Amino acid sequence: MTNHKRFAVTGVLVTALAAMTAACGGGEAPAPSADASTPAEPVTINVHTFGGGENFGYDEAVKKWNAEHPNIQVKYSNLTDRFEDVYLPQLLQRLQAGSGAGDIVGIDEGAMGLMAARPQFFTDLGEYGLQDRKADFPAAKWETGVNAEGKLFALGTDIGGMTMCYRKDLFEKAGLPTDREEVAKLWPTWDAYLEAGKKFSAADTGAKWMDGPNTIYNVILSQEAPKNGNVSYFDKENNLVLETNPAVKTSFDWVQKFSQQGLTAKLQAFTPPWNKAIKGGDFATMGCPSWMLGVISGAAGEENKGNWDVAAVPGGTGNWGGSWLAVPKQTKHPKEAAEVLNYLTGKDGHIAAFKEAGAFPSSIPAQQDPEVAGLKNEYFNDVPTGEIFSASVKDLQPVFLGEKHAQVKTSVEKVLEGMDQGAVGYDEAWTKFVEAGVKAAG
Amino acid sequence: MTLQLAPPPRHASPRRARPSRRAGRFDLRGMPYLLVSPYFLLFAVFGVFPLLYTLWLSLHDAELAGKREFAGLANYAELIADAEFWNAVFNTVGMFVLATVPQIIMALVLANALNKRLRGRLLLRLGVLLPMVTSVVAVAVVFSQLYSRDYGLFNWILGFAGIEPIAWQNEKWSAWIAIATMVDWRWTGYNAIILLAAMQTIPKDLYEAAAIDGASARRQFWQITLPMLRPTIVFVVFISTIGGLTLFTEPVMFEGEQMMTGGTTGQYQTVAMFIVEAAFRGGFEIGYASAAAWLLFVLILFGTMINYWFTRRIGGAR
Repeated sequence: MTNHKRFAVTGVLVTALAAMTAACGGGEAPAPSADASTPAEPVTINVHTFGGGENFGYDEAVKKWNAEHPNIQVKYSNLTDRFEDVYLPQLLQRLQAGSGAGDIVGIDEGAMGLMAARPQFFTDLGEYGLQDRKADFPAAKWETGVNAEGKLFALGTDIGGMTMCYRKDLFEKAGLPTDREEVAKLWPTWDAYLEAGKKFSAADTGAKWMDGPNTIYNVILSQEAPKNGNVSYFDKENNLVLETNPAVKTSFDWVQKFSQQGLTAKLQAFTPPWNKAIKGGDFATMGCPSWMLGVISGAAGEENKGNWDVAAVPGGTGNWGGSWLAVPKQTKHPKEAAEVLNYLTGKDGHIAAFKEAGAFPSSIPAQQDPEVAGLKNEYFNDVPTGEIFSASVKDLQPVFLGEKHAQVKTSVEKVLEGMDQGAVGYDEAWTKFVEAGVKAAG
Repeated sequence: MTLQLAPPPRHASPRRARPSRRAGRFDLRGMPYLLVSPYFLLFAVFGVFPLLYTLWLSLHDAELAGKREFAGLANYAELIADAEFWNAVFNTVGMFVLATVPQIIMALVLANALNKRLRGRLLLRLGVLLPMVTSVVAVAVVFSQLYSRDYGLFNWILGFAGIEPIAWQNEKWSAWIAIATMVDWRWTGYNAIILLAAMQTIPKDLYEAAAIDGASARRQFWQITLPMLRPTIVFVVFISTIGGLTLFTEPVMFEGEQMMTGGTTGQYQTVAMFIVEAAFRGGFEIGYASAAAWLLFVLILFGTMINYWFTRRIGGAR
């Protein structure tokens, strides 16, 4: 009887543990079906994304899909607003564990190299006919979604494009032109931008010319990489070329020059002091991919409406940021997931997301749609964002991002911040920069 | 789980009583084990397993959702040669000393003061414990704002003395001071209360005898209070050592963005941050991070031993 009792207890525990494990595993048996649009039983497709504010902007698009497809219901959850330090580690753990990831997952530009090097975790979208979508995307956006095995694993959502945001009120105070056409003429090149900055500093408005080292660094790197074989830190064989790639050195040199001239407010991008400075008008210009407009209007608030404006960026086109959608291999419903992914990355999905979150479409048909091309941004004095960003992404080149791009990027940008704030001397900064990059690349 | 194993009624026949007696024996012998088992089961799942798994991982070249190859002690060898790891160790030990030494001294002084006859003694005693009630994150967030370069209170006050705004995160010394104050603000009162409790167990007649012999209050403190407090001080120092060497939340919140690098050149990256950075931020190298975690364990063991040896000497140990 003693033994029975003991067994009974063990049994209860084992059952409880098994139940817990099962609960963690989740998911039901796959529903085999001939036609994906009408599966035998209703399936739920979980879409997981990240980002602040309106993030991917899929609320309306999903509502519409769910109304039209009773048998494929989409559940859209934005997991967190932080990508590098929350979403990405969590996604990697779920991929490793084989469960818990969404049927469709959003991936940011910085981690695309990492994911492309892990083809074992993703469904080949080519198997579900998405290979045909190639003409819809700029080459840059398409190529990045092809993994190490040459299979299509992700399709593009938004794209950065490039402009320069500026504080109209500060420009006026400093005696610089305030009209966006004239401002663009003020800085056709980075040299001219530097000169304008010196002029601005001389006017002594109490504000600095730019925020800190890294926004401008990313802007210039995105312009320089296409001039140097479309690579930044890694070449296409995944060798570290940080030290030899002129694109990196040119960008570094510009940032060093700006910093040495005392043009930066020595701020670290995407931190609370940086947000406060956007609101308080502590600096006058900032590199602006399309998604940055939302960041500025969010941080500066209603009382600054009309103070910020948007002009063409010195030095021409470039892209910074943007995301992709992929289908992890662990999904029980790859066919249906691919179908939903096709919809979300299609023209309608892109336009809906643009209206909701301001994320500029990477899809060419969506860019050409009058709803996108004609859009203006009220917060920035009705700047025709549709027109400006379409122009800025027209000749975009596919920049290759290595497997460890995100790691190297984080490390070298720390050195730039250190240099700007004085923890790293200007004379030793390049050596430290290269060292940090080499170490991060492993 | 209901217990139906009541002792047999007295009039029951011996034959029927036997199984119940056996059950009664289980009740006495087995039940205690059963009752403590939930703790040990949870400890096994969340304590022992991660410990062993970390050890196993530390012997592999392992990436998060990536390769996993046996590497022997390569991770440890690499760590010992890694300047960034030693920088993190240096920061951790430095901040520990900077925080703990003043903290224990202040706690002693506070406890001694609270042990005197004071008006509103209970309120004062409760008061020093108040910082414990706030969450670490809240404390760190508020302090980080006070230490902010452009809009911070401390720089504003220093400004009156003609001192230029300090970028507290920028230099080792300033960052360490900022973090040490956060730690001390939260823990000094807690340690003071523990020391106070110990002080109250010291027999009054010792002090009376000393007073009759003409010993001053200061002399009494050094010759009676401190030696009698030794076991408690050892305990307080142990707890502070473990807390100080696993310092994490304060520097992370101080950094603002949670990338775990502890400043642009790792000015205040602690070992705990180094581990998280290696595993979940930069390289996703969980093998390397596991090895660092084990080295941290060794470091804590070492630190505790040194402190034990040190605190034993307090108050003229024999």
